[in-house]
Amino acid sequence: MSKIVKLKKGFDLKLAGKAPLELLQVASASTFALKPSDFPGIQRPKVLVNEGDTVKAGTPLLLDKAMDQVLYASPVSGEVVEIKRGEKRKLLEIKILADKKITHEKGTPIDLSQNRESIVAQLAASGTWPHIIQRPYGIVANPMNVPKAIFISAFDTHPLAAEVNFLLQGEERYFQAGIDALAKLTAGKVHLNVDGSKAVSELFSSVRHVQLNQFSGPHPAGNVGVQIHHLDPINKGEIAWTVSPYGVVQIGKYVLEGIYDASKMVALTGSELKQRGYVKTYTGAQVTPFVKENTQATHARVISGNVLTGESVGAEGYLGFYHNQVTVIPEGDYEEFLGWLKPSASKLSFHKAIGMFSFLNRGEFKVDTNTHGEERPFVVSGVFEKVLPMDILPTYLFKAIITEDFDEMEELGLYEVIEEDVALCEFVDPSKNELQQLVRQGIELLMYS
Amino acid sequence: MKLIQKLFDGIKPNFQKGAKWEKFHTLYEGHRTIVFAPDLVTKSKGAQIKDATDLKRVMITVVIAMIPALLFGSYNIGHQHFIATGEGSTFLDKAIFGALSVLPILLVSYAVGLATEFTFCVIRNHPISEGYLVTGMLIALVMPPYIPLWQVALATVFAVVIGKEVFGGTGMNILNVAMTARAFLYFAYPAQISGDLVWTSSELWSSLADKPAVDGFSGATALAVAYNSSIDGTPVVEALSKHNAAFNADYSFMSMFMGWIPGSIGETSTLMALIGAVILVATGVASWKIIVGGFGGAYAMGLVMNAFAGNGMDVNQFMAMPAHYHLVMGGLAFGVVFMATDPVSAAQTELGKWIYGILIGVFTVIIRVTNPAYPEGIMLAVLFMNVVAPLIDHYVVKANKKRRLQRATV
Repeated sequence: MSKIVKLKKGFDLKLAGKAPLELLQVASASTFALKPSDFPGIQRPKVLVNEGDTVKAGTPLLLDKAMDQVLYASPVSGEVVEIKRGEKRKLLEIKILADKKITHEKGTPIDLSQNRESIVAQLAASGTWPHIIQRPYGIVANPMNVPKAIFISAFDTHPLAAEVNFLLQGEERYFQAGIDALAKLTAGKVHLNVDGSKAVSELFSSVRHVQLNQFSGPHPAGNVGVQIHHLDPINKGEIAWTVSPYGVVQIGKYVLEGIYDASKMVALTGSELKQRGYVKTYTGAQVTPFVKENTQATHARVISGNVLTGESVGAEGYLGFYHNQVTVIPEGDYEEFLGWLKPSASKLSFHKAIGMFSFLNRGEFKVDTNTHGEERPFVVSGVFEKVLPMDILPTYLFKAIITEDFDEMEELGLYEVIEEDVALCEFVDPSKNELQQLVRQGIELLMYS
Repeated sequence: MKLIQKLFDGIKPNFQKGAKWEKFHTLYEGHRTIVFAPDLVTKSKGAQIKDATDLKRVMITVVIAMIPALLFGSYNIGHQHFIATGEGSTFLDKAIFGALSVLPILLVSYAVGLATEFTFCVIRNHPISEGYLVTGMLIALVMPPYIPLWQVALATVFAVVIGKEVFGGTGMNILNVAMTARAFLYFAYPAQISGDLVWTSSELWSSLADKPAVDGFSGATALAVAYNSSIDGTPVVEALSKHNAAFNADYSFMSMFMGWIPGSIGETSTLMALIGAVILVATGVASWKIIVGGFGGAYAMGLVMNAFAGNGMDVNQFMAMPAHYHLVMGGLAFGVVFMATDPVSAAQTELGKWIYGILIGVFTVIIRVTNPAYPEGIMLAVLFMNVVAPLIDHYVVKANKKRRLQRATV
């Protein structure tokens, strides 16, 4: 019973700097990092290694004492060079200096005819488990739970996003194995949601043991949260899991070969990069070799992930665990004479207020990090609703979080959204509020109280 | 540009923490961000880029949409004045006379309103918001042309303080601020804002040394004529044309649509309000649902009144007035387009906007026709619906919650 869903609401950001589908030959990163901040919901991180230890790819580096079955593993083999802590000894990064040749911890391939418990136990310890995300809350899934269904979005509609079919080239066998494993973990279905505006690629059309659904429409049609809302929405007390296509491949590799292989392809995008394309590296790579000699502007921001949900990491920073994209755009810390009044067709805007002619501009936009205005209370109404294709009233949800009204948050659908689902709301908001952070605050209120 | 930037940079130290004018830093920043869009950048986590539209641009869009009403209204004051005095006049005479009447009101409204706003920003230490850009213009446009300036000032202070700042400033108010100003004057100083004398008389504004109105002139607005007709029993359309003949006025449907009638500065022309509506809807700043609902509601209620009028159930002649007259008389068009659509005090859900708009139209006509005291209904209708809007939204939101709950139990 596959479903075809056509969405109308949303907004495609047409940015300059798409990565062509070609593999670049760039010097490989030498240091890699695991950052607990990549995993919202991690409560009491415990480091399992010391500075100076040598590790292999797949060696556990970290666990969360609140959920200690799940191990966070090293993406590469090498030496633990630094365990970086911040204020109050908060764990920030575990840095690994990689060997020239990566060696793997040898685990045992998983026999999928075993019972669910033992499959879960092996996956949880494998290093691949953090790819399984729980909804509500958008946190690493708890192995003790049985989700009502598992959802995989097989396309990414974020600005300049990596092409999923290109990332998964040659990984078909692992993808199927990953799906087979996931099918064992849920009582319900595994939903594979593909881009309905294109012909379904061979990779996804041939996959077995899934319900193949098609979604079309502007961003956020590719967001798994939006897809869940239209397939099998999450009600209070229910749990669903989501996995990225790359995560499925990772799980598949462990199932078939018993190794945690964190190699991944990353798209180098953004208007400020001289050379754009894809590079092969490992999870948590330092982005320096990709951007250092490759940036046009002297004053640019290096983002791990995309421009809507990513994180500014700087030219020395590390790729986020879930990211397969590096975006470099100009910084916007300049004043502009009467910038709020000047007519322009080259500044990207969802709105058509006086002087904003970007809706007439069919080209690509070069966008910087300027906020184009200061933070204000909510004034304009009906805008968030136009970019959130869900039966949710975002303005009221945000106000419920601001006032910390727990009943309202629940009733208005906070179980169905995470940061990425409201990222467009944050972008279009003329009052410039930080709505993604607000949604995470609301989620934490619900989780911990 | 560099020069102005330097100028700002030069005085900046005075406003920094610990400096002598520290308290006024919000004013410094407020002015700097008007001249220069600020150099703020996005945070390191979350959306790394933001839409190029901000609240300043949204607000200036509304101001621009009101300019046709302002220019026409200003000219029309001159036009009405020379009709009243019976003098011959050129286009320029009318334009100058109108501008001299309107500008002081506009200046007082902005000066007093902004001063009040700045005072609160300094006391509360919150940034200067753009809301008053629109409110200042609106307040001027809903005043009669000969209102004493001290009354404008008083009403502005009342509206900004009681209508907005006590609730927390821009974005937090319950009532439309400009309507609050008008309602304040309406009840506090009715003699200067209602009746037949305030629209074209020159008694209150004599510094221009112009002549008094010709003998027997009535400056009654179309609404007042219609209202009076209900008392003496002549049908409204007939009463209007009688008035035309007697006072050299033109209260035909077309003339009222164009706006060649006495009234508050910006309200007379339905056409100018519609031009504003086109700008507001095309730019997506105002909700077309509220505007269409407002006009539709008024027209439908007019028809309902007509239906009852023929059957011996009529209270007065006003009920029998053709429904489309309601749309061009008084301030309905101006109120529906510029006042009802204020996003802060209006309903905020999409279904709610329909209900809110329609009810504004309906109540305006009910108040006009059946209320024995005030011929104009739009002001009270908008204020009343401002109060009711959260209730409408409450039920729309509740329906959304219910759908979510039902989904869970199915």
